[in-house]
Amino acid sequence: MIDYLTLKFIWWLLVGLLLVGFAIMDGHDMGVGTLLPFVGKTDEERRVAINTVGPHWDGNQVWFITGGGAIFAAWPLVYATAFSGFYWAMLAVLWALFFRPVGFDYRSKVNNPTWRSTWDWGLFVGGFVPPLIFGVAFGNLLQGVPFHFDETLRPFYTGSFWALLNPFALLCGVVSSAMITAHGAHYLMLRSEGAIFERARLGALACGIIALICFVGAGFWVQALPGHVITGGADAAALPNPLDKTVAVVAGGWLHNFKNMPLLWSVPALGIAGLIMGGLMAWVRRPGLAFIASSLAMTGIIGTAGVAMFPFIMPSSSDPASGLTAWDAVSSHFTLGLMFGATVIFMPLIIFYTSWAYKVMAGKVTLDFIRANDKKAY
Amino acid sequence: MLTDELVDLSRLQFAVTAMYHFLFVPLTLGLAFILVIMESCYVLTGRQVYKDMTQFWGKLFGINFALGVTTGITLEFQFGTNWAYYSHYMGDIFGAPLAIEGLMAFFLESTFIGLFFFGWDRLSKQKHLLVTFLMAFGSNLSALWILIANGWMQDPVGSEFSYVTMRMELTDFWAVVFNPTAQAKFVHTVSAGYVTASVFVLAISSWYLLKGRDLDFAKRSFRIAAAFGFASACSVIVLGDESGYTVTESQQTKLAAMEGMWETHPAPAPFTLFALPDDATRSNQYAVEIPWAMGIIGTRSLDKEIPGIKEIEAENRQRIASGVEAVKALEILRSKAAEPAAKEAALPVFEAHKADLGFGLLLKKYASDMNQVTPELIARAAADTIPKVAPMFWAFRLMVGLGFAFFALFALALYYSLKDKFTEKTWLLRWAVWFIPMPWIACELGWFVAEYGRQPWTVYGVLPTHLSVSSLTPASLYGSLAGFVGFYTLLLIVEMYLMIKFARLGPASLGTGRYGDLSFAGQASTVPPGTPATRHPSDF
Ligand code: HDD
Ligand code: HEM
Ligand code: HEM
Repeated sequence: MIDYLTLKFIWWLLVGLLLVGFAIMDGHDMGVGTLLPFVGKTDEERRVAINTVGPHWDGNQVWFITGGGAIFAAWPLVYATAFSGFYWAMLAVLWALFFRPVGFDYRSKVNNPTWRSTWDWGLFVGGFVPPLIFGVAFGNLLQGVPFHFDETLRPFYTGSFWALLNPFALLCGVVSSAMITAHGAHYLMLRSEGAIFERARLGALACGIIALICFVGAGFWVQALPGHVITGGADAAALPNPLDKTVAVVAGGWLHNFKNMPLLWSVPALGIAGLIMGGLMAWVRRPGLAFIASSLAMTGIIGTAGVAMFPFIMPSSSDPASGLTAWDAVSSHFTLGLMFGATVIFMPLIIFYTSWAYKVMAGKVTLDFIRANDKKAY
Repeated sequence: MLTDELVDLSRLQFAVTAMYHFLFVPLTLGLAFILVIMESCYVLTGRQVYKDMTQFWGKLFGINFALGVTTGITLEFQFGTNWAYYSHYMGDIFGAPLAIEGLMAFFLESTFIGLFFFGWDRLSKQKHLLVTFLMAFGSNLSALWILIANGWMQDPVGSEFSYVTMRMELTDFWAVVFNPTAQAKFVHTVSAGYVTASVFVLAISSWYLLKGRDLDFAKRSFRIAAAFGFASACSVIVLGDESGYTVTESQQTKLAAMEGMWETHPAPAPFTLFALPDDATRSNQYAVEIPWAMGIIGTRSLDKEIPGIKEIEAENRQRIASGVEAVKALEILRSKAAEPAAKEAALPVFEAHKADLGFGLLLKKYASDMNQVTPELIARAAADTIPKVAPMFWAFRLMVGLGFAFFALFALALYYSLKDKFTEKTWLLRWAVWFIPMPWIACELGWFVAEYGRQPWTVYGVLPTHLSVSSLTPASLYGSLAGFVGFYTLLLIVEMYLMIKFARLGPASLGTGRYGDLSFAGQASTVPPGTPATRHPSDF
């Protein structure tokens, strides 16, 4: 069996991978949802946009669900502390997501304009709100959030919901929202034509530029934020107990990893290059390449936040020693190994049949298709 | 502060959201396989009517599935939002099946449901059938993994407490997977899903038959539902009995409460068919008993005793007293201030009483300092270990009664299907139509028995419910509970509206022109108004 320390690190990578998978897969249908009211002027145009993701949104959403399950299994303390601490933010995500299954499935089952436009806005909420909140959550993690544990490791969160909505966090929310919408726009270009294609292209350019400006801006801002550094206590390979370590809070601390390992600068560079390439490819009407570029951009952007905080996952602003790291918020050696095995077996399978499903459904969704399949399409 | 109000609200919220989820789950589990059967008939015979059946029942399946997903997402995250201490304490074991469920099952069902709806014109017949099968297989796999997780909460095998990490840790994964409690739960629960879907198809088909419309379509659907339903009704009874047996083995309090057994009977115990259990006087009135039956059902023997409530409670009092020692020792072991020597002395005490740690934790509800524990407090905590008897007793009997009623319904439906006489038996068709809500009632009652009967524990014998909650304020809980109830009720109304609308439209809603007329209920029609209902010659 792989040793405990290595497994802990592997799980840090794997959770990151799941987040990136979520952004690429669920991100593109959420982006389409966000764009829906703007790219479709008529009912049929909106149906085209919806049907580009119709067969896939549910499978994509499982990236989110499995992400939740994986964090539960691999980082139970993070699952417990973050989700109960960010209670109202979590509920806002859930309630926004409620609109998606019903929006997709029920919208076109009744031929009434009010009904349909209500669900269109529901799909907008379901696509727009979750990425925004995830961005805001990352923005707060980077600043540290107020929580501590008692001796039985019961988490207590002492912040309020409104405190989460601070300027830096909102800026991160904009980055997240804009990058996902641009990504969705690339996907929509790939699967549509004519007026919808052109509107999606405008959306892609606008969101790509916003994401780029805000990401770079947030990068400069981070240098002024207090970063957390482990100064002593338990060894990384030890049995996990977050109360065993000592932590120092230093201004600019989130740049330490980059300073110690300059190679890591390639991660934010990937984010920036991906955003620029995505915009250029949308400009020259090459949606396939734009989609790949925005996928890489999101990998870089999410990776940047992860690398900056490493090994921290959830730093505590009120009691830094309680902060959760990839070393001490984790499951037992056995469970990490088991779950790693399960991931190695199932991830390739999932990627295989998901690709097959996309291949079966490949091609442009057209207005004619919607007219011919009035009863069958979404 | 973990006030009783917070704990009760958290329980209520979990119960409400889980019970909403289980309004949709059983139909998904069963209808998916009925679709597989119908589509297999299509692939084998090539008859259009079977394809239309698959597509029409598939439409209803989709309407239901959407809310299954909507309500499921909540549960996936609710352990973290509302049961934070539980999630920390159990995550090492409980998280694994949940994550595997996502990887193995949810991806499968959710990817292939897209192809099920959109792939008809893009896949060969055989490939499409494979897609339908994988979707059904995925949803049943998801039931397997979540019930392994739930089975472990009922009967926590393959795991051990670690005082260093202050949580339960997995020691034997296969013991968790092959936990007899989990396996019995799985087969009983999926069978319940199959019964639910069979009643659903049987009832709606019966309604068409009573109305005299879409006859060929309805008859074929009726026959499939009757056959599948009969097999499922048999299995739900046999496997329910198996569930009862595993409960006897692992959860004596639950069994005693379900059966209203206050006293320990000399073996073999009688089965109480009917009684009015009274929690205040701790006795049953007007009991009608079948001698020996309980002993045989519960222990599959004539000489094993089944302990009664009063005996279990006395035993638990001792376990609580022993648990107090474990909690005290644990507090020393975890304390930063304690001397190494004190810790060394505490360790053997802890090991000796570790098995009763959960029972000691029951006292945390009454005393934060374990040195202040009195025999009165121990007695109160021991009384808490017994769930209320009357609701358990009745919920269980109603579920079992419905189980036998389904058996009778399907036996008759199958008998007359085989004799090809069912269309004349209007009493049978009416019975089926009126029975449509019953499987849902039985399922919810079953979960009530299983979950309420586990109280006061989230994980039986390990972690009390009142310690499991998140440190939230009751105000937050009132807000979220109101949000969930409001949201779900609204969505349920929308769902029922669509379900009823499409059930009434019937196969005409497919817009193929082969069934009825479509020009009502706001559906744009591809058939010009006034066109008589036409049937394709190849249907017959
Ligand atoms: C016996 C079966 C069963 C039970 C006890 C549960 N579920 Fe469930 N769940 C299913 C059977 C199912 C299903 C049949 O697979 C569903 C229902 C309808 C559906 O769309 O899929 C589903 C959907 C579903 C989804 C959406 C999956 C998707 O997008 O495809 C999630 C996240 C959950 N469930 C999570 C849970 C959790 C956390 C539960 C426990 C507390 C739970 N379910 C109890
Ligand atoms: C979907 C079907 C289910 C239904 C209808 C259901 C029903 C209930 C009910 C009625 C309660 C409240 C019991 C009480 O507090 O008196 C409850 C509590 C709970 N159930 Fe379930 N349950 C279901 C599935 C599950 C599963 C599969 C799990 C775990 C895998 C689970 C875990 C819990 C937990 C953690 C609680 C809260 C703590 C407690 O009150 O014990 N439930 N459920
Ligand atoms: C004669 C028949 C039946 C018997 C003997 C029986 C027995 C049981 C028992 C003992 C439990 C509790 C298991 C536990 O606490 O872990 C249970 C739970 C349950 N029952 Fe039944 N039952 C019967 C019929 C039915 C029917 C007809 C349905 C629905 C159509 C149903 C649905 C359920 C469900 C959903 C649960 C909760 C899940 C579980 O714990 O397995 N049961 N049943």
